Amino acid sequence: MDQSEKGDSLIHWYGSTWLVASLVALPVLSVFYLALFPTENIWGHLVDTVLPVYISSTLMLITGVGVLAISMGVLSAWLVTMCSFPGKRIFEWALMLPFAVPAYVIAYVYTDLLEYSGPVQIFLRELFGWSSARDYWFPDIRTLGGATLMLALVLYPYIYLLVRASFLEQSNSLRDASRLLGCTPTTSFFRISLPIARPAIAVGLALVSMETINDFGTVDYFAVKTMSAGIYDTWLNMGNLGGSAQIASLTMMFVVLLIVLERFARRRQKQFHASDRYKAIETFQLSGIKGWVATLLCAMPVLLGFLIPVSLLATYASRHLDQLWTEDFLTYASHSFYLSATAALVTILIALLLAYSKRLHQRRSLTAASNFSSLGYAMPGAVLAVGVVIPLAAFDNSVDSFLRAHFDISSGLLLSGTSFAIVFAYSVRFLAVSTGAIESSLNKVTPSMDMASRSLGLTPLQTLIKVHLPLIRGGILSAALVVFVDCMKELPATLILRPFNYDTLATYVYQFASDEMLEESALAALLIVAVGIIPVILLTRTISSTRSAN
Amino acid sequence: MMRYAKNALLALSLTAATLAPVAQAADEVNIYSFRQAFLIKPLLNAFTEETGIKANVVFSKKGLLERLKHEGKNSPADILLTSDIGPLYDASERGLLQSISSDTLAANIPAKYRDPENRWYGLTSRSRIIYASKERVKAGEISRYEDLADPKWKGRICTRSGKHTYNLSLFGSMIAHHGEAEAKQWTLALKENLARRPQGNDRAQVKAINEGVCDLALGNSYYFGKMITNEKKPEQIKWAESVNLIFPNQTDRGAHMNISGAGVTRYAPHKEAAIKLIEFLSSEKAQRLYAEVNFEFPVRPNTERSPLIKEHMGEFKEDDISLKQIASLRSAAAKLADQVQFDN
Repeated sequence: MDQSEKGDSLIHWYGSTWLVASLVALPVLSVFYLALFPTENIWGHLVDTVLPVYISSTLMLITGVGVLAISMGVLSAWLVTMCSFPGKRIFEWALMLPFAVPAYVIAYVYTDLLEYSGPVQIFLRELFGWSSARDYWFPDIRTLGGATLMLALVLYPYIYLLVRASFLEQSNSLRDASRLLGCTPTTSFFRISLPIARPAIAVGLALVSMETINDFGTVDYFAVKTMSAGIYDTWLNMGNLGGSAQIASLTMMFVVLLIVLERFARRRQKQFHASDRYKAIETFQLSGIKGWVATLLCAMPVLLGFLIPVSLLATYASRHLDQLWTEDFLTYASHSFYLSATAALVTILIALLLAYSKRLHQRRSLTAASNFSSLGYAMPGAVLAVGVVIPLAAFDNSVDSFLRAHFDISSGLLLSGTSFAIVFAYSVRFLAVSTGAIESSLNKVTPSMDMASRSLGLTPLQTLIKVHLPLIRGGILSAALVVFVDCMKELPATLILRPFNYDTLATYVYQFASDEMLEESALAALLIVAVGIIPVILLTRTISSTRSAN
Repeated sequence: MMRYAKNALLALSLTAATLAPVAQAADEVNIYSFRQAFLIKPLLNAFTEETGIKANVVFSKKGLLERLKHEGKNSPADILLTSDIGPLYDASERGLLQSISSDTLAANIPAKYRDPENRWYGLTSRSRIIYASKERVKAGEISRYEDLADPKWKGRICTRSGKHTYNLSLFGSMIAHHGEAEAKQWTLALKENLARRPQGNDRAQVKAINEGVCDLALGNSYYFGKMITNEKKPEQIKWAESVNLIFPNQTDRGAHMNISGAGVTRYAPHKEAAIKLIEFLSSEKAQRLYAEVNFEFPVRPNTERSPLIKEHMGEFKEDDISLKQIASLRSAAAKLADQVQFDN
């Protein structure tokens, strides 16, 4: 291949990256555009009244969820990767299970369980002979603390997954060196593993924070007033969509600032793959009491985030199984599956394009474009959905008027109100998840691989397919898994953008759960979890096998 | 070039057609609904049975107005169906609904429950009432919304978020009747009397009364029906049995009312069918069914109320103030709630 051909191919990568990044950026740009036209200036009122509350509860929530999710995610990832203890093989995948449970569902379940009329308090009252709420104190689940715990329980798997992948990719030589220097498992964790996992923790934490910021279901149910409350209140109650777009944009900027600061802080770090990555990891043997402590530590998140809520849902569902089951569930489940799988595939392709293009060109503008297209994740789903409606409807209407003018036919709405709109929204929303995972995997492939492959005459595309894809398979699979499960649970954008008479499992759950009719929604909620679990188990196993153990 | 463009477009439309069935057939009507599908399904089935017109639904509590607006003249939606006056008012103010003329609707729906310009129609009504503990609140101890501000109720009242649309309508009616300054005093005093931070839905407040957390609660009237008949969750029957229903302000303006309703969209492709559906929903049969599904009141005069409603609620005096005026005060009411830190 001669030089000019190579140049052409690079330009193609460059061009298509910009094209895709701009398409994905459209919804976020639409929200920025809306922010230019508020019906009135909302800020004076907000600053004078509730903004301080919104800001402080948002900050406390993010901090609390972040700390809890890191503690659960990093510790459990390190234990199952670097140590041997009873149940380790099961926890490898079981620790991902809470991820399949939607946050609003776990919030409903725990409220049912822990409130005054729930089984826990009834049991305590009978045990101690108390007769009313005035006789004793019991922690209130519907608080900032409760919301923090609920969100952390279903979000820590982000961190677990990414950090575990990073531990799996770590070189044995570092750990061997630490051992030679006399490190115990604990010191090795703090001095070797933790610093090396920092990029993965950072990416995971960014995802957790963005999910926390855009959550509305859980905080609304627990009456915790975060920025989301302000966004929806300004939009729906004060009829000021522009004002609410301003709040959403500013909140998003805040998240971006956090991410930029973190990247700046580790700008000098670079790590590449270990050459011995196909050698099995030598684990620390935790025996006796130490081993059981490890088991307990890993069991807690699975118990609280999965086993308890799911068994409660199962109890509800079995009570009215005959009334709850309809043939329609198969249709809803297939809709959920089809939308989520398509979105996962599309998102992976886009993320690969963005990440690889960045690697090929090393240009700041490309980095910026790829970062910008990830912003959709930090926006409340319903606001982003409005951002999706605007460009799609504009496209449909322009095609329609063009056709009417020149061919006298009407095409109506081609994309709005179809499953395309939903898949587009999902891809925009969850691109950050897949870019994060894929970029961090790709960055670990040493550039000498590219140099070798290209000097042997492969094109950039061939290099990607033949060299990189096999190397970063684990990263791609985790990204696909996370996006798939996230889409299964996604609610506000699905509700707003869907076609007529079109339900997914999540929308079906919502119509009852929004009315606090948990029992009616239990079976469908279980199905979301069930459909989500299958890829969770399959993929976590494959990811483990990317570094084959003995 | 032209041919190429035509082929490309043909391919595009074919692709689009496979994405999802776009509802366009003549014997259909398309609904953007703020009400849950399971609440309206029995009625829509009855409509299809009677007319052969199929009703298609998209349900979401937010974002549908924006979708309708941006889809513009190509929007497939014919009807906007809501559970509150708020979205109907917003939609008509933004020019998303069209004025229709129907003698049937004029006859079936009282003027106070429809838009003066015929862009929206109320289909069921409900009152926002006071639920009072049978044990701890004596008969006659409270009879007006204004009394909720009395310091004797300190720490004894429960309500859901002040930002919930039902409370905003009530606050809006206080502004309409007393002016903003006095309404603010009232909201502040009510907040001071709350037993706990506003949380949960209307049912959860009645439950709190049963649990002894508070003695009075604000709630929509139909929740009583939903609770007292709830055989799936029998504990709710107990909650309902622990309270008396108080329709406030019976000696003066009457109890605050709200509606669920519908309007025909500006570019409705099936306008005829849309009007037919709203007319059907105002018919004697549908009114009874509609009211029974959700324990709301029929808006059509002289429609028989469900036995349960007759037993527990009887006749009461309704506040006849214009719903349009109340809806226009929602934004002011939301700011008022912020100013008194109602939810914090």
